[in-house]
Amino acid sequence: MIQEVARVPLAVGEDLVIRKQRLGDGTPRLCVVTGTHGDELEGQYVAWRLNRLLQENSKHLHGTVDIYPALNPLGISTMTRGMPLCDLDMNRTFPGSREGAMSELIAARLMEDITGADACIDIHASNIFLREIPQVRINVNTAEKLVPLAKYLNMNLLWVHGAATVLESTLAHSLNAVGTPTLVVEMGIGIRITRTFGEQLLTGILSLMAHLGMWDAPVPPVAPPIVSSDGAVSFVNAGCSGVFFPTAEHGTRVEEGQELGMIADPLTGDIRAVLRSPVNGLLFTLREYPVVYEGSLIARILGGSI
Amino acid sequence: MKEEVLFTMETPYRQPLAVKGWFFGAPEKKTLAVMGALRGNEIQQMYLCARLIRSLRELELSGSLSEDCGILVIPCANQFSMNVGRRFWAADNTDINRMFPGYDAGETTQRIAAWIFEALQGYTYGVHVASLYLPGSCLPHLRIMKTGYQTPETARDFGLPYVALRQPHPYDTTTLNYNWQIWDTQAFSLYTPTTDRIDTASADKGVEAILRFLQKRGLCRCSVEEQDKEICIFDEEILCNVKPEVGGLLVHKTVLGSRVQQGQPLAEVLDPCGGTLRQILCAPMDGRIFFAHESCLINGFDVALRVLPDLK
Repeated sequence: MIQEVARVPLAVGEDLVIRKQRLGDGTPRLCVVTGTHGDELEGQYVAWRLNRLLQENSKHLHGTVDIYPALNPLGISTMTRGMPLCDLDMNRTFPGSREGAMSELIAARLMEDITGADACIDIHASNIFLREIPQVRINVNTAEKLVPLAKYLNMNLLWVHGAATVLESTLAHSLNAVGTPTLVVEMGIGIRITRTFGEQLLTGILSLMAHLGMWDAPVPPVAPPIVSSDGAVSFVNAGCSGVFFPTAEHGTRVEEGQELGMIADPLTGDIRAVLRSPVNGLLFTLREYPVVYEGSLIARILGGSI
Repeated sequence: MKEEVLFTMETPYRQPLAVKGWFFGAPEKKTLAVMGALRGNEIQQMYLCARLIRSLRELELSGSLSEDCGILVIPCANQFSMNVGRRFWAADNTDINRMFPGYDAGETTQRIAAWIFEALQGYTYGVHVASLYLPGSCLPHLRIMKTGYQTPETARDFGLPYVALRQPHPYDTTTLNYNWQIWDTQAFSLYTPTTDRIDTASADKGVEAILRFLQKRGLCRCSVEEQDKEICIFDEEILCNVKPEVGGLLVHKTVLGSRVQQGQPLAEVLDPCGGTLRQILCAPMDGRIFFAHESCLINGFDVALRVLPDLK
């Protein structure tokens, strides 16, 4: 059943409406949310596939699954990462406030709707610049509770990262703070859909549902993920500007000193820099958008003591 | 006066970003730093700094700056975005004022924030000539973050009629104001009503406020008038949002700064095509219009106005 979560009148002949699909009933309840950033579309495939699969196999569903394909409908419809009009990153407005501006009011209504679920999966797709392998990102303060759940999601990597205050205004942090376990999935790249990653996560969602007692159809086994802390992640940033041509392949193992790519100057024909891996490890993030500035993130490598 | 390039960053396809500072007074003293435009639409903020530079140059030439006073003004750190009409960093849409204290080995705007912050370090007083995140105009005022290190009484020396104290939200912790204060600079954000257009009168008031502050602190001799008006220091939370329940055309019936009485009509929301009246927005209490939504169009639950209640 399609349900309305929030409705706000826009200025001229249109309302901003956030909707969800509610499948099944009773407990436990799982929420699958995506589309917070309008340029991240990987979650659209997962929402569509999960929707169809659960509707076609409803006898196996025990409990409620709420699917929210578009938390930021104006952003998705206009290929805008943030919320158009106010230029705000929606994932910096939570938990919101009923007394605040429109964006905060919407955030508050979403919080009210999701709070109390037995689990929530918040699907992201990096941004338009970087490609990511399927992973779950977990704040170190919630790792004890979330890592056991995240292992069911069939992702390649669980990255347990340090606590940064700016992340306190995200949906996931706000939900975890009120006791609703929320897992942030990052995979693929902005404005594209990687169907293999979507299928991988779909299996993971069914596996988590089975663990929660919500799904009794057979689920393929999931591979155990690598669990990593910040200390095991090495960053490679551009030291100069230019155009980046990768030579290493995303998602593969690289050796210390191995060439990851070069930064070239199309005007002079020069190679301005050759970028190499600082460690042996898994190349889990790789620059996709070619134009780079000093400081642009080129790669993240999972190496060292995992 | 010494004009100096504080740092440069090369950019592909365009000229390097060269961020300049203007130094006045004693080179070895770090008394006051003033930061202007961090966003590409902060034209008024850059203009105010340019006016300040002109005034300080005259004061320095006339020997009116104290020998204990050293001042740095950075009018603009984001011409890269300003020259192409973009508000945030034009390459990746990140906000430099959400990157402080910065990280010099991090991503591009983290590095820019780190280099700016390095240049602004060690000053006793810091003024960030800032713009609002909400689209609209506000009365000229100073804002101070309540970090535990705030010094609101010092703000009285600027002589601006309003000083707002803000309880930091999580996203405030990456602003210049917040980090300046944490790193031992008495930091103030200076707001004037406009951002992407010049309002000369309020820019002049801003410049006067900074010069008045210097004069009151014994750091310069100048002919800025004393402010007679009482200075109102208030917690930002007391500002009362006035929001429509419907969207439409917004027609203001009052102007920024007006005294209003409870129940007084402040604005109307009209059906944008049919022209019928959808809602009258009334003052929730006696007070003064402190913020007004600028766009002609308004969505339901957008903040149309903010009223500063009369303080007992």
